[in-house]
Amino acid sequence: MKPKPLHFFSSPKGETSFFRLLRNRFLTGLCIALSLLTLVPLISIVILVIRNGLPLLSMNLFSQLPPAPGLEGGGFGNAIMGTLVMVGISLLLAVPLGVFSAVYINEYAPVSPVSSAVRFVAKLLTGIPSIICGVFAFAAVVMTSHHFSAIAGGVALAILILPIILLTTEQALMGVSSAYREASFGVGATAFQTIWRIVLPDAMPAIMTGVMLAVSRAAGETAPVLFTALFSQNWITSVLEPTASLSVLIYNFASLPYAYHIKLAWSASLVLVTVVTMTNILAQLIFSPKHR
Amino acid sequence: MGGHFSNTGALSTLTQEYRRRPDFFRGACLFACILTVLLLVFIFGEILLKAWPAIHKFGFGFITGTQWSPNREVFGVLPVLIGTIASSFLALLVALPLGLAIALFLSEDFLPDPLRQVIRFVVELLAAIPSVVYGLWGIFVVIPLVQQYGTILSAHFGFLPLLAGPAYGNSLLTASLVLALMVLPTITAISRSSLVVVPYSLREGSYALGATRWETILRVILPTAAPGIVASAILAFGRAMGETMAVAMLIGNSQRLSWSLLSPSNTLSALLANQFAEADGIQISALMYAALLLVALTLVVNLAGEMVLRQTQRATAGLR
Repeated sequence: MKPKPLHFFSSPKGETSFFRLLRNRFLTGLCIALSLLTLVPLISIVILVIRNGLPLLSMNLFSQLPPAPGLEGGGFGNAIMGTLVMVGISLLLAVPLGVFSAVYINEYAPVSPVSSAVRFVAKLLTGIPSIICGVFAFAAVVMTSHHFSAIAGGVALAILILPIILLTTEQALMGVSSAYREASFGVGATAFQTIWRIVLPDAMPAIMTGVMLAVSRAAGETAPVLFTALFSQNWITSVLEPTASLSVLIYNFASLPYAYHIKLAWSASLVLVTVVTMTNILAQLIFSPKHR
Repeated sequence: MGGHFSNTGALSTLTQEYRRRPDFFRGACLFACILTVLLLVFIFGEILLKAWPAIHKFGFGFITGTQWSPNREVFGVLPVLIGTIASSFLALLVALPLGLAIALFLSEDFLPDPLRQVIRFVVELLAAIPSVVYGLWGIFVVIPLVQQYGTILSAHFGFLPLLAGPAYGNSLLTASLVLALMVLPTITAISRSSLVVVPYSLREGSYALGATRWETILRVILPTAAPGIVASAILAFGRAMGETMAVAMLIGNSQRLSWSLLSPSNTLSALLANQFAEADGIQISALMYAALLLVALTLVVNLAGEMVLRQTQRATAGLR
C-alpha cells in the first residue's frame, strides 16, 4: 500500500496533496529524462567512431605509414609505435619515482614533513591541466636539446601519470594488513625485507591497477605530446627525433581537407578508444576484491 | 632487545647483523620523495624562467591587452582569458543540472538497480574517452548542429548581443557544449558521493512527517548535500578551464572580443596548443606567461574546490 501524504505536512503555499503528488511525479520524470538524455551524445560518439572507423580497419593500418596529403592508402603503424614508445618512456620514469615515493610516505615515515610535502605535490600535480606538462617538457627538454623528440613527449606524459601512480600505490600499500608487517618483523625480517618480500607483493595487484590506469590515461592524452614529440610521417628510428602518436594523428588529420585522412582519424579514434577502455576495464578487474 | 635473542642460534645473530646495516632502500625511497618535491619546484621554476622575458617586457599589460599578434610582437590575453572563463562557465551551466539529475538518479531508487548500473557505466565511459576523440566528434556532429540552429537563433534573436550573428560552427557555444559533456563525470561522481552520505535518518524523518519523495529531496537531501554539490561544480570548472584538445578543435581560435556565443573565441589552453609548435623568440616567452596564468587560475579554482569539499566531509561527519 502506498503511504498517503498527511495533511499536516502542508506546504507554506497551502498546496493540495493532489498538486504535491503531481509535482512529485513530474520531477521524477524530469530527473529520469535528463539522465537518459546524456545517453544520446555518448551513443552518438560510440556509433560514429565504430561506423566511420570500422571500414578502414585492417592489418594494413597497423603495418603501414600514413599517406602523403591527398593520396590514399596506408595506415598509422608509426603512430601506434610512437604512442607505445612514449608511454613506455613515461612508465620508465614515473613508476620507480611514484612507487618508491609511495613506499617512503606509507612505510617508512607516514607522518613527517617530507611525506606531507610529497602528498601535497601529488595532489597539486593531479590538478594541473595536462597541457602544462607539455609546456614544461617543451621548456626543459625541447628548448635545451633544440629538438622535438619522443623523450620530451615521454617526460611530459611521465609528469601526467606520476600522481596517478603515486597515489594509487599509496592506497595499495595502505590496503596491506598490518598483521603481515608485524609477523614479518616478528620472524626477524628487516624493514627492507618486509617491504620487498611481504608488503609489495601483497600490494602488487592494486599497484598494477594504478599503472594500467596511468597507461590508459597517457595513451589517450594529446596535449602533453602535441608540441613536445610533434609528429612524423615516418617510422620511429630514434627517441631523439620527432615522433608520431595516435592522438596527435587524430588531431592533425581531423582538420585536413582530404577524405581519406579523415577516415584514418576515425579509425585511429576507434583503436584509441578501444585500447583506452579495455585497459581501464582490465585495470578494474585486476584490482582484487580483497583490496577494496 | 638484542640481549634476549643473543644465544638462540645463528639465525638471530644474522638478523641482528642485518638490522645493524644501514637501510639503503630507505635512502632510495627518500631520494624518490625529494625528487618528486623538487620536480614541482622545477616545473614552476622552469616555466617562470622561460616566461620571465615576457613578464619583464609586457608586465600587467599582458593581462589587460586585447591584441595578440606575434608578427608585431604585441601580446595581450584579455580576450583569451574571457574566453577561458566564459566557455568553462557556460559548460558548467549546461552540465550542472544534467550532472545533478544523474547523481540523484544514481542515489535514489527511481528505477531498478541494473538500469542504474548501466547509466553509471555510461558516465564512467564518458570520462575515459580521450579529449581528442570528443574534438573529432564535435567537428562532425556538434559544429553542423550549432551552425544550423545558431543561424536560426540569430535570425530571430540576433538583437540580443549574446546571440548576434553571423553564426559560426566553430564557436564558444560549440566548445562549451562539448566541454559540458566532458565535465559531466566529475560533477556526477562528486555530487553522488555527497548525496549518498546524507544520513538515512534525515530521510526517514522527512517521510514520517508526510513529505513526498521530492519534497524530501528538495528540502532535506539537497540542502544537506549542497556543499558537496558546490564543490563538484567548482572542481568541474577547474577541469573545464584546463581542458585543451577538444576546445582547440572546436572554438575557432579567434582572439577577437565578442559578446556573441555564436562567434569564435579562444581559451588559454587552446592558445598554447595551437601556437607552441611554431613559436619562436619572444612569442615562446609570451606563451609561457599565458601558461603561468592558466596554472594560477586552475590552482586557485582547484584549491577552492578542495577546501569546500573538506568542509563538506567535516560537516556530514558530524551528522552521523
